[in-house]
Amino acid sequence: MSLRRIFIVLVAVFMAWVVPGEAQTVPEKKIGNNSVLLPAIPRGQGDHCVADADFMRRNHMTMLMHQRDETVRQGIRGKPFSLKECVACHAVEGPDAMPVTVASPQHFCRACHDYAAVSIDCFQCHASRPDVVTDAGGQGGVVRGAARE
Amino acid sequence: MKRIIFSEIDGRSTGFRGLAAVLGGFFLIGLAAVLYVEHAGHYVTGGSNQVVWGLPDVFAMFLIVSASGVLNVAIISSVFRKTPYRPLERLSCLLAIAMLLGGLMILVLDLGRPDRVIVAMLNRNFKSVFAWNFYLYTGFIAVVVLYLWMQMERRMNRFILAAGLLAFAWRIALTTGSGSIYGVLVAREAYSAIMGPMFVAMSFSFGLAVYILVLLAACKGIDREIGAVLLRRLGRLLGIFIVAVLYFATVQHLVNLYAAEHSGVERFILLDGGIYTLLFWGGQVIIGGLVPLALIFISSRGGAPLSGRTVALASVMVIVGAFSQLYVLIIGGQVYPLPLFPGMEVSSSFYDGVINTYTPSLPELALGLGGVALAGLVVLFGMKLLRFMPATLANARTNT
Amino acid sequence: MSGKMKHTGIAAEFNPARRKFLGAIAGVASVTLAPGVILYGITRSGDARARKPGTAASPDVRWGLLIDVNHCDSGCDKCVSACVEENGLQGHGRPATDPQWIRKVKIHDPDTGLSQSLPVMCQHCAEPPCVDVCPTGASFKRADGIVLVDRHRCIGCRYCMMACPYKARSFVHEEIEDQKTYAPRGKGTVEACTLCIHRVDSDRLPACVEACNDAGGGAMLFGDLKDPNSEIARRVARYASQQIRGDLGLDPGVRYRNLST
Repeated sequence: MSLRRIFIVLVAVFMAWVVPGEAQTVPEKKIGNNSVLLPAIPRGQGDHCVADADFMRRNHMTMLMHQRDETVRQGIRGKPFSLKECVACHAVEGPDAMPVTVASPQHFCRACHDYAAVSIDCFQCHASRPDVVTDAGGQGGVVRGAARE
Repeated sequence: MKRIIFSEIDGRSTGFRGLAAVLGGFFLIGLAAVLYVEHAGHYVTGGSNQVVWGLPDVFAMFLIVSASGVLNVAIISSVFRKTPYRPLERLSCLLAIAMLLGGLMILVLDLGRPDRVIVAMLNRNFKSVFAWNFYLYTGFIAVVVLYLWMQMERRMNRFILAAGLLAFAWRIALTTGSGSIYGVLVAREAYSAIMGPMFVAMSFSFGLAVYILVLLAACKGIDREIGAVLLRRLGRLLGIFIVAVLYFATVQHLVNLYAAEHSGVERFILLDGGIYTLLFWGGQVIIGGLVPLALIFISSRGGAPLSGRTVALASVMVIVGAFSQLYVLIIGGQVYPLPLFPGMEVSSSFYDGVINTYTPSLPELALGLGGVALAGLVVLFGMKLLRFMPATLANARTNT
Repeated sequence: MSGKMKHTGIAAEFNPARRKFLGAIAGVASVTLAPGVILYGITRSGDARARKPGTAASPDVRWGLLIDVNHCDSGCDKCVSACVEENGLQGHGRPATDPQWIRKVKIHDPDTGLSQSLPVMCQHCAEPPCVDVCPTGASFKRADGIVLVDRHRCIGCRYCMMACPYKARSFVHEEIEDQKTYAPRGKGTVEACTLCIHRVDSDRLPACVEACNDAGGGAMLFGDLKDPNSEIARRVARYASQQIRGDLGLDPGVRYRNLST
């Protein structure tokens, strides 16, 4: 019994040591009397998202999942909850002026998912940044939005 | 009938610990191989877009086919009322569960996305033989556990026949289903409808060979004797099953030869397929068939007893033949090109019209052995935890 | 759900040079989806009818290809390179494990001495064996006849590759990076020709067909086999055509003309 208690204490100490270390890159914010660590989420383009931010925060996975099955299996396109659109609108520019991939901790999806410690496998198959087209002149550019097709 | 006394094995001997350590080691190496392959991608295996199922599937099929085969020993006792086999019932059930688990482990871990097994459980296409097999495999474990319970709980003994019949029907369906994985592939010329029944015959033979070896090893390891009468029965039964497998292989190839369109693939397997021809004649037919057959029936002529060593040797040869047969069937059947344009000479950048190559890789071998090791561990610890082993297998108890 | 369409100012970003180029080959159609969102695409010759956004693929349509082997040059593989480019199929230099969605096959008849060359891809069967054997339903046939792999469900068992008579499918043996946004693909799953579904759904031709036309080959015709007025339906009604391994009864949507088997 005492062994178990020692173990729990050890784990607690370990967590206390590790967790703030992880959160150092995260901005701190005062809400009332509490100091809260928040994820550094890059803003998307335009005025607003396809739905309210609150709704998106809680339900984006359900919406994406639902629409993904409709699109893949029935061919329904042009609806608002498209992963491709998330990636395009929320693209974050890296030091080379090109959108970063999910390999970068600044990537929109990753910033929050790292914070929430929720792992996703979307980008094992899906592109994590907008298509990059190279012109004959060698100039790289980024194509955004459904209008490409 | 006298009561048979079963007991746990001690499990504190050096032999037990050594075996557990070796099996555990192989199991862990298998898991390490899986991590490596899943991380790097399947290109590090011998597999390709031409040969998509490789050595792990040979191991998995061996374990799954043998799993239903080892159960026959119990069924012979409870359904066909052969009392000499009664003390062997429980071990037979334990082995069946263990080998199926080992085979399933290999099948699942060789997937491209083993992390998505949950997806396979939530979405099922009922037209797929694989989907049927999912039910056949999981159901098999449930049925055999039920069957074991009927055997081990004395108040339930009266249901042994019913449970045995259910297990018998289930295992026939399971092996037919496993063979039909290949049988339904119309485009692959090496396969035909005979796969289902042939796999049933194969399971009888491979399963009994495995059973004999485990029994001999277990009896030796824990100093329990095994009677000459029982040994002779088991040996000669194995001989009969070997004949059945040879019979199906003969029909398989003779019928396929008859169709001119299949002469190419038959020529490849039987005549000029290199390693596949060698494995067919040398491994499957001679080592796995004719030699053990001769060994068993010549040694036991005129009521002569069969020694443990002879039966063990024959069993090992049957297992070598089993791996040869499955290798020729699974890999040889893929190596031979698909006939997109029958009668034409075909070439492309995608290996159309050429005999493909497959070289098994170390991680695939490790995964296969890992599955065998898992089966071994389940048997080993099963025998330690529950009363699977009869106290004696000496002749006095095996007289009918 | 308070869905509000987001406008990204596509028209401004659309590359004018590319637009001019595309316009030159097939004529650019633009469809206004919602104020500010404009859909550009190359119309399919003859039967332009892009599906409206938000509607499902229709079973009244069956997409198919008619490939005239006599017009297919044995030295040309423009269709293959267009497919690689379009779908981002650049391999790892390992031919045995690198995927190929379309390949040029050379056939030679030893009896007559005739040699021919033709592209082979997923044949988009009406009765696809890959769909039958798939344990999870990841392999499926869309209502308009296009056979696809739903990679969200694919567990990588490769049974479909065993069942396909055309060797049309590839297993992704290695990690993939920088996929195209419209052609997701990843390690451990099976993939094959999608008839460029992203193009077809926006009223454009599959990349291979477009490339063949651009090269002046004109060997590949894409269209709706169920529409009696489409060019492909008229041609298959007028001239003899055949399916590869038609004897298997799978009724592929890809047909060949002047194939000598």
